[in-house]
Amino acid sequence: MNQNDAARLQLRLTRTVCYIILILISAMCLFSFYVLIINSTRSHPDIQKGFAFLPGGSFGYNLQNLLANENLPVVRAIFNSLFVSGCTALITTYFSALTAYAIHAYDFRFKRAAFAFIMMVMMVPAQVTALGFVRLMGTFNLMDTFLPLILPSAASPIVFFFMKQYMEATLPIEIVEAARIDGSNEFRTFNHIVLPIMKPAIAVQGIFTFVTAWNNYFVPSLILKSAENKTVPLLIAQLRNADFLKFDMGQVYMMITIAIVPVIIVYLLLSKYIIRGITLGSVKG
Amino acid sequence: MIEVKAVSTVNNHATAIRKRTGSINYAKWGYIFLIPFFLVYIVFSLVPLVSVFYYSFFENYMSGLKQIGPNFVGFDNYGTLFESNIGKYFGNTILIWVFGFIPQIFISLLLASWFTNLRLRLRATGIFKTVIYLPNLIMASAFAMLFFVLFSDAGPMNDILVNLGIFERPYRFMSEVAGTRGLIIAMNFLLWFGNTTILLMAGIMGIDTSLIEAAEIDGAKPAQVFWLITMPLLKPIFVYVLITSLIGGLQLFDVPQILTNGGGNPDRTSTTLIMLLNNHLYSKNYGLGGALSVMLLVISGVLSIIVYDTLTREQRKLRKERKLQRGGAGQ
Repeated sequence: MNQNDAARLQLRLTRTVCYIILILISAMCLFSFYVLIINSTRSHPDIQKGFAFLPGGSFGYNLQNLLANENLPVVRAIFNSLFVSGCTALITTYFSALTAYAIHAYDFRFKRAAFAFIMMVMMVPAQVTALGFVRLMGTFNLMDTFLPLILPSAASPIVFFFMKQYMEATLPIEIVEAARIDGSNEFRTFNHIVLPIMKPAIAVQGIFTFVTAWNNYFVPSLILKSAENKTVPLLIAQLRNADFLKFDMGQVYMMITIAIVPVIIVYLLLSKYIIRGITLGSVKG
Repeated sequence: MIEVKAVSTVNNHATAIRKRTGSINYAKWGYIFLIPFFLVYIVFSLVPLVSVFYYSFFENYMSGLKQIGPNFVGFDNYGTLFESNIGKYFGNTILIWVFGFIPQIFISLLLASWFTNLRLRLRATGIFKTVIYLPNLIMASAFAMLFFVLFSDAGPMNDILVNLGIFERPYRFMSEVAGTRGLIIAMNFLLWFGNTTILLMAGIMGIDTSLIEAAEIDGAKPAQVFWLITMPLLKPIFVYVLITSLIGGLQLFDVPQILTNGGGNPDRTSTTLIMLLNNHLYSKNYGLGGALSVMLLVISGVLSIIVYDTLTREQRKLRKERKLQRGGAGQ
C-alpha cells in the first residue's frame, strides 16, 4: 500500500513537471505573436515609450494609415496573394489527384518507371532550378506575371504521393469498374466519382498548398517586379528594405499582423484536420 | 480447394473477356492522365534544371554595365566558387542548422514521448499540439520581420529584458554575431519543432504496443523501454526527420534574408548558401549561380539517397531472409 502511494505521488510529480514545461514551451511559441497583436493596437508614440502588456486603442488608426500608405499597396498585395495561392491550391490538388489516379487505377507499360521518376524528383529543391526557371520565364515573356507562380504547381510530387497513399486506402477499383459498366467515360468517372471520394485529402492538401503559396518568398521575389503585382511577402521585404527609423511603427506592426494573423485564425478553425494531415502523407513508421 | 479453383477459373475467364472487349483502351487513359504532370514538370523544372548545368560551364556576368560572355570556360566557375568565400557560407548554413537541430530533436523527442505515454495520461494535449505546430504555418519572412522589430536596439524585447534586470543596457542583437545567429536559430527552432514532434509521435504510435508491454512484464524500467525498444524501432523515422531537416537547412533563406536585409550582417556571418545564390541571381552572374545550384543539387541528392537507403534497408533484409527460407524449404 505504501509503495503504491509512493508510485502515485511520483506519477503526479512527473505529470506536474510535464505540464509546467509544456506551458513554458507554449508561452515561448505564443509570446512574439502576443507582442505583435498588442503593438498593432498602439500608436507610434506609445510604442516608442516602451512596451506595455495591455492593448491600446489605435488599431483602427494604424489600419487606416497603412491602407492609405501609397508606398505599400497592401490591399492590392492581399488580392494578389489570395489569387496566386487560391489558383495554386486548386491546380495542385486537382492535377496531383489526376496523376495519382493514373498510377493507381490503370495498368500500363511505363507505370513503374513513371512512379519511380516522380518519387526521385521529389527531393530536388526548388532553389536548384531557380536560375534556369527565371531565365526561361524571361524567354517566354512571362516575367512579372502570375503564371510562372501558378502553372508549375500542376507537378507537385509531394502532394501526388499523399493523394496516392490516400487512394490506396479509400478507393476500391470496383467502384471505377462499376462506373465503366454504367457507361461513364474515364474522364467523367474521375471528375464525378473519384474526386468526391478524395474530398478529405483534397481539403487537407488544399490548405497546406494555399498556406505554402501564401508564405512563398523566394520565387515570387525573382519573378514579380512591378509594385502592383507584389504579393504580401514582397511587401514585407520592401518594408525591411525601407529606411526603418523614418517609419511609423504602428504601421509596421499592422503590416506584419496582416501577413500573419489571418493564417493563425484559419489554422485555429481547422487545426484538427491539419494536425491529422501532417502525418498522413509522410513515411510510415 | 476445388471451389477456389473454380472461382479463379471464372475470374480468368472474366479477365479474358475483358481483354477481348477492350481493356487495351484503358491503358491509354493512364498515359493521358499523366500528360499534365509530365508536361508541366518537363517545361518548368526539368528544362531549367538541365539549363542550370549548361550555364555552370559558361562565364556570363555583368561587369558594371558591360556584359561579359557567355564564353565557355569548362569547370572554371566551380574553381572560382571553391576559391571564394563559399566555405564560409557553407559553414554558416551548417552551423545554424546544427545549433537549431540539436535542441529541436531533443525537445521534440521529449514532447512526443510525453504525448504518447499511456501511463502519464496528460490532459489537453490537443491544445498543446495545436500551439506548438502553429509557428510552422506562419510566413517565415513576416516572422523574421517581426523578430527584427521585436529585437531591435530600442524594441520591446530589449525594453522587457532591461526592465526585468536581465541586461543592464539594451543588447544590440543585430550587431553581434552571436545575437544575429542566435535569433535565426531561435526562429528556425520555433518554426520547425512542432512539425518534428508530430512526425515523431506518429512514429512512436506506429510501434507495436505488445513489445512494450512484454518488456514491462519482464521488469524493464520506463527509461529502459525508451532507450532499448522505442528508440531502435524509431530509427527509420528518425533518419527521415534528420535528413529532411538537413535538406531544409541547406535551403535556409527567408529568415536570414529578411532579418539581415540580404546582407548577412555582421560581416556576412549569417549569409547562407541560398542567400549567395540569390545574390548571384540578382547581379545576373549566371555562371557562378549555375555552379552553386549544381553543387546544392549534388548535396541534396546524396542526402536523399542516404534516407532512401535507410528507410528501405529493413524491407530489403526481410525480403532476403524470406528468399533464403523459401530456398531452404525447396531443398
